[in-house]
Amino acid sequence: MSAIVQPVPVGIGRRVGRHALDWIPAVIIFALGIAAWQGLVVVFHVQDFLLPKPTSIATAFWHDKHVLWSEGVYTFKEALGGFALGSGLGIAVALVFAAWRPLGGVFMPYAVAANAIPIIAFAPIMNDWFGLLNPFSKMAIAALLCFFPVMINTLRGLTSVHPSSVELMRSYAAGRARLFRHVRIPNALPHLFTGLKVATVLSMIGAIVGEYFGGPTSALGVSILNASSYGRFTDAWAGIVMASAFGILFYALVAMAERLTTSWHPSARAFRSE
Amino acid sequence: MTAVSIRGVSKQFRAGITALTGIDLDVEPGEFVSLIGPSGCGKSTLLRIIGDLVQPTAGTVEVNGKPANRARRDHDYGIVFQDAVLYDWRTVAKNISLPLELLRWSRGRRDARVDEMLELVELSAFAKHHPWQLSGGMQQRVAIARALSFSPSLLLMDEPFGALDEMTRERLNAELLRIWQDTRSTVVFVTHSIPEAVFLSTRVVVMSARPGRIANVVDVGLPQPRTNATREEPRFFELVTQVREHLIASGAPLGDTSTPTLVEEPA
Repeated sequence: MSAIVQPVPVGIGRRVGRHALDWIPAVIIFALGIAAWQGLVVVFHVQDFLLPKPTSIATAFWHDKHVLWSEGVYTFKEALGGFALGSGLGIAVALVFAAWRPLGGVFMPYAVAANAIPIIAFAPIMNDWFGLLNPFSKMAIAALLCFFPVMINTLRGLTSVHPSSVELMRSYAAGRARLFRHVRIPNALPHLFTGLKVATVLSMIGAIVGEYFGGPTSALGVSILNASSYGRFTDAWAGIVMASAFGILFYALVAMAERLTTSWHPSARAFRSE
Repeated sequence: MTAVSIRGVSKQFRAGITALTGIDLDVEPGEFVSLIGPSGCGKSTLLRIIGDLVQPTAGTVEVNGKPANRARRDHDYGIVFQDAVLYDWRTVAKNISLPLELLRWSRGRRDARVDEMLELVELSAFAKHHPWQLSGGMQQRVAIARALSFSPSLLLMDEPFGALDEMTRERLNAELLRIWQDTRSTVVFVTHSIPEAVFLSTRVVVMSARPGRIANVVDVGLPQPRTNATREEPRFFELVTQVREHLIASGAPLGDTSTPTLVEEPA
């Protein structure tokens, strides 16, 4: 530890202090990017419908903040529902495939083939099946998008166990259930979180694109679509900012859960050892 | 009652490779027996057959007078592999207590035993560390503590120090001998290092390659306790030479770096 940070109280305070310092370059780049955007739009007289000024977007965002917030919450709930459904199913299928390998062998080719389908193309079908105004139609799309990355990553984590680990548990006369509980599942956690983090982003995409194909006016996707249809591009951008905020928040929450549950993982050592 | 009794054991793998053929061996309680031989002589397979982790094609194995399968389910042995096989998500103390958890020991009893084991392998200061924060030699000591935590009468070791540097290996050899005498356990130890086998063992079983069989058994009469001075005794060198000659006679390709150069061999 250097002398500069020593006056800060030891423990969590010091760690937060270090993290804040770590973030400074990223914050500077962000500010510079926004400033450059603003500058370029002003200097080259870019029309609002092509690219609005960040200040205009900020103004529109502030003006509509209550509506945008409630629309964002509505869409986020759809994304969350789809995320829970798709990820839950992905984890369950991975457990089954890992426990009964022959079954995995039979179904994996289909799972891989299904993953190659552009799932978003099913959005209109889902709207048709479950109803345009029913949030479940958007959840279904989000769930379909989340399923595969979670399933495949979890499966890899469950099966990539050192053969000696299995022998060790066998030497203790531990059965399959205990092998899963004590070895395979903890081993899968870092992989699972890799899948879940991808899934957070996909679930927001699924919900919003689903809404582009029709949904209640209280939804963020519908609001963005309407704003751009009527030439209110600044409002559309404000909607995109809100969608991004929810996406980033969702990702950060899962990343935090990851940090809490897999702090033992060697990849986390950068955060704990000095 | 013999600790390990092997009768007519053969092992053929599916590819048609004969790993072991006609193995007969008895290990008495309290013995330290090394299995030594060239790569592919089936010594690790034999160890796994004793542990009921691999099934022999023919023959029988008894541990403490019971079939190997029964002995495994009774937790009659602890095993240490070449890799420490510690779980990153568990601290050192929790790794050692894993078999005790599986045996449903109470929390208090577990904690007491873990402290005792940490002391035995001199790692008390590292109880709360995670395995990846430890050196290779320390990790292997944790693995030994884990294998002994539930006081099995038999310790099976599969080249436990094979991945360590020579200095660490010699230190752990001495430590293992101390632990062996403290716990009065029986050890079956697989190695490809001749000096290691001679230094540690009461008997060295020399195996030949493909098909693996017992070529010779060398009784090591070196007095206990053995220290670093033991490694410099003329008798030690004689035994090393004897084992090496048996290995050559059994067709092992030598040029093994683990054989000491006998520059100071006494006349």
